[in-house]
Amino acid sequence: MAENQTYYVPEQSKWPIVATVGLGVTLYGTASIMVNSNQGESTTASWVMFIIGAVIMTYMLFGWFGAVIKESRSGLYSPQMDRSFRWGMSWFIFSEVMFFAAFFGALFYTRVFALPWLGGEGDRGSSNMLWEGFQATWPLINTPNPEAYPPPEGTIGPWGLPLINTILLVTSSFTVTVAHHALKEDNRKKVKTWLTATIALALIFVCVQGYEYVHAYQDLNLTLESGIYGSTFFMLTGFHGAHVILGTLMLTIMLIRIHKGHFTGDNHFGFEASAWYWHFVDVVWLGLFVFVYVI
Amino acid sequence: MRVHAKRAGVLLGGLMAPALSMADWTLNMSPGVTGTSNDIFSLHMTILWICVVIGIVVFGVMFWSIFAHRKSPGRKPANFHENTLVEILWTIIPLIILVVMAIPATATLVDMYDTTEADIDIKVTGYQWRWKYDYIDEEFGYFSTMSTSKDEIYNRTRKSENYLLDVDNPMVVPVGAKVRLLLTANDVIHSWWVPAFGIKKDAIPGFINETWTRVDEPGIYRGQCTELCGKDHGFMPVVVKAVPQDEYDAWVAEQKEAAQRERELTQKDWTMEELMERGEKAYATACASCHQADGSGAPPAFPALKGSQIALEDMDAHLDVVVNGVSGTAMQAFGDQLSEVDLAAVITYERNAWGNNTGEMITPKEVFEYKNQE
Amino acid sequence: MSAVAGTHAQDDHHHGPAKGITRWLLTTNHKDIGSMYLIFSFTMFLLGGAMAMVIRAELFQPGLQIVEPEFFNQMTTMHGLIMVFGAVMPAFVGLANWMIPLMVGAPDMALPRMNNWSFWLLPCAFLILVSTLFMEGGAPNFGWTFYAPLSTTYGPPSTTFFIFAVHIMGVSSIMGAINVIATILNMRAPGMTLMKMPLFVWTWLITAFLLIAVMPVLAGVVTMMLMDINFGTSFFDASGGGDPVLFQHVFWFFGHPEVYIMILPAFGAVSHIIPAFSRKRLFGYASMVYAVGAIALLSFVVWAHHMFTVGIPIAGQLFFMYATMLIAVPTGVKVFNWVATMFRGSLTFEAPMLFAVAFVILFTIGGFSGLMLAIAPADFQYHDTYFVVAHFHYVLVPGAIFGIFASAYFWLPKWTGHMYDETLAKTHFWLSFVGMNLAFFPMHFLGLAGMPRRIPDYALQFADFNMVSSIGAFMFGATQILFLVIVVKCVRGGEKASAKPWDGAEGLEWTVPSPAPYHTFATPPEVK
Repeated sequence: MAENQTYYVPEQSKWPIVATVGLGVTLYGTASIMVNSNQGESTTASWVMFIIGAVIMTYMLFGWFGAVIKESRSGLYSPQMDRSFRWGMSWFIFSEVMFFAAFFGALFYTRVFALPWLGGEGDRGSSNMLWEGFQATWPLINTPNPEAYPPPEGTIGPWGLPLINTILLVTSSFTVTVAHHALKEDNRKKVKTWLTATIALALIFVCVQGYEYVHAYQDLNLTLESGIYGSTFFMLTGFHGAHVILGTLMLTIMLIRIHKGHFTGDNHFGFEASAWYWHFVDVVWLGLFVFVYVI
Repeated sequence: MRVHAKRAGVLLGGLMAPALSMADWTLNMSPGVTGTSNDIFSLHMTILWICVVIGIVVFGVMFWSIFAHRKSPGRKPANFHENTLVEILWTIIPLIILVVMAIPATATLVDMYDTTEADIDIKVTGYQWRWKYDYIDEEFGYFSTMSTSKDEIYNRTRKSENYLLDVDNPMVVPVGAKVRLLLTANDVIHSWWVPAFGIKKDAIPGFINETWTRVDEPGIYRGQCTELCGKDHGFMPVVVKAVPQDEYDAWVAEQKEAAQRERELTQKDWTMEELMERGEKAYATACASCHQADGSGAPPAFPALKGSQIALEDMDAHLDVVVNGVSGTAMQAFGDQLSEVDLAAVITYERNAWGNNTGEMITPKEVFEYKNQE
Repeated sequence: MSAVAGTHAQDDHHHGPAKGITRWLLTTNHKDIGSMYLIFSFTMFLLGGAMAMVIRAELFQPGLQIVEPEFFNQMTTMHGLIMVFGAVMPAFVGLANWMIPLMVGAPDMALPRMNNWSFWLLPCAFLILVSTLFMEGGAPNFGWTFYAPLSTTYGPPSTTFFIFAVHIMGVSSIMGAINVIATILNMRAPGMTLMKMPLFVWTWLITAFLLIAVMPVLAGVVTMMLMDINFGTSFFDASGGGDPVLFQHVFWFFGHPEVYIMILPAFGAVSHIIPAFSRKRLFGYASMVYAVGAIALLSFVVWAHHMFTVGIPIAGQLFFMYATMLIAVPTGVKVFNWVATMFRGSLTFEAPMLFAVAFVILFTIGGFSGLMLAIAPADFQYHDTYFVVAHFHYVLVPGAIFGIFASAYFWLPKWTGHMYDETLAKTHFWLSFVGMNLAFFPMHFLGLAGMPRRIPDYALQFADFNMVSSIGAFMFGATQILFLVIVVKCVRGGEKASAKPWDGAEGLEWTVPSPAPYHTFATPPEVK
């Protein structure tokens, strides 16, 4: 395609306004569920609202992405458009990095500052006067007020399931790269094989993680309510898990599109964006493995 | 600008002066009465004058342009638009000024952080919405609640001289002693500030912050809570009374005796009338700001007590709520805040006031036993 | 394939706007979206302003007269949230939408549909936020900084709705920022190198970077709140090993860059307006760019200066004090450059210039008080008093808001094709100028004399200045209705504006006719 092709400015589109209504209704419903259940009131209406919102969102996602795919396949997009998408995806991933940074920051702060202070060390060590007998350890197996936050009976060591998970994810990052190279060479059979392998690894990861959560809740009393260790553990791994599921969905859709014959060797940004996202999810996991499990 | 605002203010103030004879037109920070507050004051004045001088120079050049370089027939604008030397100069010179400024600031800060070798330790705890002062070494403590009446606040009567800045029991410190303050809070973040001492430190629930002061002049010093802490944030003043050492010693002895008397009261046999009388007072200081003097509350955050299930039915549940609070809500645990006598009095009062005529009473002894069996 | 695409795209560019409401609901046009942002922003400005009037009316005299403390706290909270997220930020995004494609010679924003979504999420978010006023237990009442645990354990039930509203605003801002960056980096006209970009574009590029970096952090901290409130985590509760101060660290890691998000685009706009009315090139273009970059980078390492009194260890205290003082250097450079631009120019004082000059003077005063606040020991006296309120209103009202007014008057002829009523605009300026100073200057004195912020009632020694301040605020508030009149009048008619109504103005936006056609730069212009 020629570099001087006119930049494609889409016609009017209903998707943004549908997306707004969808997101607004979903989140309003979610908030109502939380508030009403906290106050012991019925949440039926809130759930109905939430489901309506979710249905609208699903409709919107299929419709909007469908429109973009159609435009792309009918050749409306110039290389310049392609660069806009690339910038968009890169900065979106950067914003996700910053979202995780907030939680990693919280973990860092509690471990390096807040807990030692509560345990009687450092500048604000006299805080220990308020929590007699509390000792700061990590993993935190006692909390300052065990009645309000019953501490966990144990934590999950790094060298069992988490190590397996690490191997799974690192391997999947590798397989998706192989698939990408195959796509560049237009070797579609190879793409299908390696992409399927990636998705399989991702699904195993999710199952292992799910098993680990059940184990934590049932056997270890390690829950969201068991003090700051449980809070940071579940928030970091939980949001990561949610991103793994989203990434898996993206890769699955890419697989479906490959089967439908979409993409060419030099025009496959949808695939590439999903692969970028997958690498991002992988890198976050490495951070998690080191800071949540090992150290 | 300052003169401008002041003139306008004086003019308007003059029109409305009769109603506001107490007001004044203080423009600047007060130097205060401690070494720290004087250090801060001189830092403040130095940086203020630096800013004023820079302002005069920069705005001087600007106003020169505004008046002298207006568009007029035949006026050609100059066309210079960059000069590296100038840019470097106006980067370096401010940097030097800042370094000069940072040196005394650092020294003052280091001094403010030195809480060692204190003569007295006082634990200051912020509550919604009052302060508690615990004299750790002397083993007594008390609450300090604003004493300005609702009538003054709601303009039903003339406002007193120290409107909103008066408390029932001020904190008392001896002059010349280094007092270390251990600040914490029971519920939300508060902040303890006495401008005349140059001290402001946040009181954070679950943590203790340390700071110190040494007051050299006897007197009464007033301040306020400076961290938004809920609806009565504006109504929890800080009052500190600095007295000579001998007067302080006498006061401490008196407080310790009073604390002892209070403990003995627990064992006394109380009548309904005595409890109701005491309960009304205790309710007014501890409960009325949320549940209102007439027990009507401010739902949903602060439920009504008048005609409520909690005040009319099971006594033990009522006791539990008052002593242990309700977690996750604004209802605090009053077990450590009130004496057994006051707890008994408040509960008895709540069960018999405003038409809640249950006729039931609980004695301080029973409360004492309840708290100890836990 | 490219031939097909070519003709199709050509067709698009000859379309005018669609008729009726669908033009606005379904639009992908950067000018329409820009206008919607600006209208939304002004609506929110009036709403937030009305709340400010309630606050100032209550503070007119000592004693409680008009509202109860609970409601007063809701007003201060909502005023802050609405002004920051509803008035100032959308106004700048609106200006960016209108002007960036015109300034860089692009046919539209890079991702036009996403652009429309960014906008429509805002009314949705604010509908949820404002609806909390009518919920049981009232609206958020913990200040716009919503410190835990006042906002978690002790917050009203509506806090959860507030959290989701913030999430939606965050999504909107991040998408808006991504769009701006993609447009600037990818859609500049051939020949427009980075160091030839107009300063408004430069400042927005950096602002967008800040937005993408910190809005997710805000999302993170409100998510922690959500979990603490609804799912029993203990991020901000010491009895589980958390720390209420953790909230403040994460919040201000967002909050300080946020402050620059609200001022950098104004820096950019003023850097166009002052040269235009001085009829002289901007002095020190390169140093202006570097200064904005330096301010943005420094903004990531100064957050704890909002928290000097929370008990940070002394090493931290000193670091944050020094880093904060450093910000004065690049900020000073900018002010000096503006003054040098005016120096020996050929100055006239139409409304945009009046607002821009007032911006430089009054923002500098806000900068001075900022420098004073940076001195940690002195901050122990200033912190959380009206001195702080005076400081940030000096940087936000004559800073951000005057910057927006200056931009609006500067570009109104381009947007509408008509000149606005200069006499009315000058009246708007002078009334705003006097009202604003009357409202906010006395707050410096109040703070120094010891009046804490966020209190519904005050001791008697603060009475006089509060009354002055309230009168100034009423004056400033009422004056803004005049702005509405001026804009409506200008949209409806008036003297026809030429393509370049200001003789000193420069830039691509002045090469297209006024009003700017619905589609511009379908073929990119060449920049020398």
